[in-house]
Amino acid sequence: MLTMGISEQQPDLQTAQSTPEASRPKTAKRKSIDLQEQADLGGQTIGDITAVDPVMSVRNCNVFYGDNHALQDVSLEIGRSEVVALIGPSGCGKSTFLRCLNRMNDTVESARVTGEFSLYGEDIYAKNSDVVLLRARVGMVFQKPNPFPKSIYENVAYGPRIHGLAASRAEMDDIVYGSLERAGLLEEVKDRLDDRGTSLSGGQQQRLCIARTIAVNPEVILMDEPCSALDPIATAKIEDLIDELSQNYAIVIVTHSMHQAARVSKRTAYFHLGRVLEVDATDKIFTNPSHRLTEDYVTGRFG
Amino acid sequence: MPENRKSVEETHSSTRGVMSLSESRRRVEASLGRRNRQEQRFRLYGIGAVILGISFLGFLLITIVGNGYSAFWQTYIQLEITFDESVIDPDGSRDPQILSSANYGRLIRDALLETFPEASGRRERRALKAIVSTGAVYELRDLVMAEPKLVGSTRALWLLADDEVDMLIKGQVDRTVEQGLRRLKDNQITWVSQLQASGHIKKRFNTGFFTSGDSREPELAGIWGATKGSFFMLFVTLLLSFPLGVAAAVYLEEFAPRNRWIDIIEVNINNLAAVPSIIFGLLGLAFFINFVGLPRSAPLVGGLVLTLMTLPVIIIASRAAIKSVPPSIREAALGVGASQVQVVIHHVLPLAMPGMLTGAIIGMARALGESAPLLMIGMVAFIVEVPGTPVDPSTALPIQVYLWADSPERAFVERTSAAIMVLLLFLLMMNVTAVWLRNKFERRW
Repeated sequence: MLTMGISEQQPDLQTAQSTPEASRPKTAKRKSIDLQEQADLGGQTIGDITAVDPVMSVRNCNVFYGDNHALQDVSLEIGRSEVVALIGPSGCGKSTFLRCLNRMNDTVESARVTGEFSLYGEDIYAKNSDVVLLRARVGMVFQKPNPFPKSIYENVAYGPRIHGLAASRAEMDDIVYGSLERAGLLEEVKDRLDDRGTSLSGGQQQRLCIARTIAVNPEVILMDEPCSALDPIATAKIEDLIDELSQNYAIVIVTHSMHQAARVSKRTAYFHLGRVLEVDATDKIFTNPSHRLTEDYVTGRFG
Repeated sequence: MPENRKSVEETHSSTRGVMSLSESRRRVEASLGRRNRQEQRFRLYGIGAVILGISFLGFLLITIVGNGYSAFWQTYIQLEITFDESVIDPDGSRDPQILSSANYGRLIRDALLETFPEASGRRERRALKAIVSTGAVYELRDLVMAEPKLVGSTRALWLLADDEVDMLIKGQVDRTVEQGLRRLKDNQITWVSQLQASGHIKKRFNTGFFTSGDSREPELAGIWGATKGSFFMLFVTLLLSFPLGVAAAVYLEEFAPRNRWIDIIEVNINNLAAVPSIIFGLLGLAFFINFVGLPRSAPLVGGLVLTLMTLPVIIIASRAAIKSVPPSIREAALGVGASQVQVVIHHVLPLAMPGMLTGAIIGMARALGESAPLLMIGMVAFIVEVPGTPVDPSTALPIQVYLWADSPERAFVERTSAAIMVLLLFLLMMNVTAVWLRNKFERRW
């Protein structure tokens, strides 16, 4: 097990992406492992799956959709106040893994999930554990913004209301206004909280969904490609927001964009065909990936 | 380096099937004529189908309205009625019992004889009396009961004419037919013509049609009894079938596991929507009336039978409405920690409600027009009193139409069509409401 110091510096993206040939360390020195060797290693993930102060911990996760073995022996830890990015080509299981963390795969008929999942040491798949409580502690932001067809206020207030977080209208106002402010949306909508949530622009809708998620005071926020349906300016706003939020929440973000992963995350896990091939500090993954397939992916050769 | 892709030259080397631009253009232009003609023909077929449908509908409406509109006017005869105290109340006590059982028919007969003194002999006098409706005596009685000081005075009153006279005035009686084959005799026709010439005959709007129950006499018959019976039935049906249907649809869509038993239930529900309605009537007779012992001919039983009939329709429409709620809303609600029941109640049902309401109204409209199941449970009886509660015996609008269509009197022909017009109006209003609801809520998201 390699011990890592978590690097505070963001990787120098310009050199890493624009001139892959020049920035790739010399072949002789790099320990490049390819798939055959990995199989000999027993399919073990390269890098350290553990986190410094783990909030959620996954061991040996296997997911089957009917006969399709979608995730194979995935293990990972999510640490407090850190952003973990899940990257990989389409169909490799990133979203499936994400949905396991808040048991959203329960809603899929054919899905079967095995493995140990724990949130602060408690097994979230235990028979007597409450999935409703889990989802209040582990929130989710979806790929396509999906505000409720209600007013903006009601969108944010719905979660706190059903969980009984506010004792009075004043407390509810505090929660709603606070969440909107932390989501960076309050300034833009404070005059029209009674307008329908669906009347906002795409970027605003996604920030509304983020506000809705943080209104129930979760410990972990899962984000499934939150910016893929948005324009670059809205994307930039949300990435700034993720940065701010990471001070208070553990965030797991699935993204197709390497730029985004490099910008916002501390650790990155590379998924390939249902396995985690490599987990490491983000700057290491992008500048000095150990696995050949990881390197192919982050330098844009495929996927 | 991607080794497994063809080089650019390789993929573009084949010239198979490539023709010159001018040649391909010529071929496309040549086919245009044929394609345009096909398109025109297809469009004409569509327009033709629509025109055919509309003309059938137009024919139906014109026939019904043409037959029925005259029922909304009723003939009245003006007579000088002397409220003779010696006939009504010889003692002068003005006792309501005596007033109500007095012989008002005598007053009418006397008034008629005054107008036509030439009528002699029992048969002639009876014929003379027959030109006024038998219900006129009750009109007089109600007048006197309301105003006892009428006794002793003389008033010129408009009294309801008999249905045959009504038909004569409306031009429905064929005078060329031999007298023995007609209801209205020559002397009666003469008298009525004289009354008409002296301005004692008038047509008024037939409010009695809307306020009275059924009757053997066409001029006294109304649809209020049948309408109230239909309303009671629809009320019972809506009260039972809507909650049950919505609850069943929610369970089948949201909570039921996907296994063979649920599939069997689904197939059965879909088939029930197509079962002939008279079978539901037999079920109602066997279970509700014979086994449970509910009163026969009651709108309550009719409502229960129609519930059974409407339930599959509502379940199917509700399921479609629930299915149309986008899964993203459900996932969003689950994501903030709503339980499955909360997702359904707070998010799915409000969004699916317009579709459910539309399905319910369409189901109700179908129930309103059903007559076969009601025949089986006895709502085809001749009932005069307007029902006061859902357990009083009554009939329904479509059944009333059937009963009147079966009656021999000429005046019932126009009343049948008039009742059909009222029924069609209700159905139209319900369907328009359904369409309006659907349009109003369609733009929500």
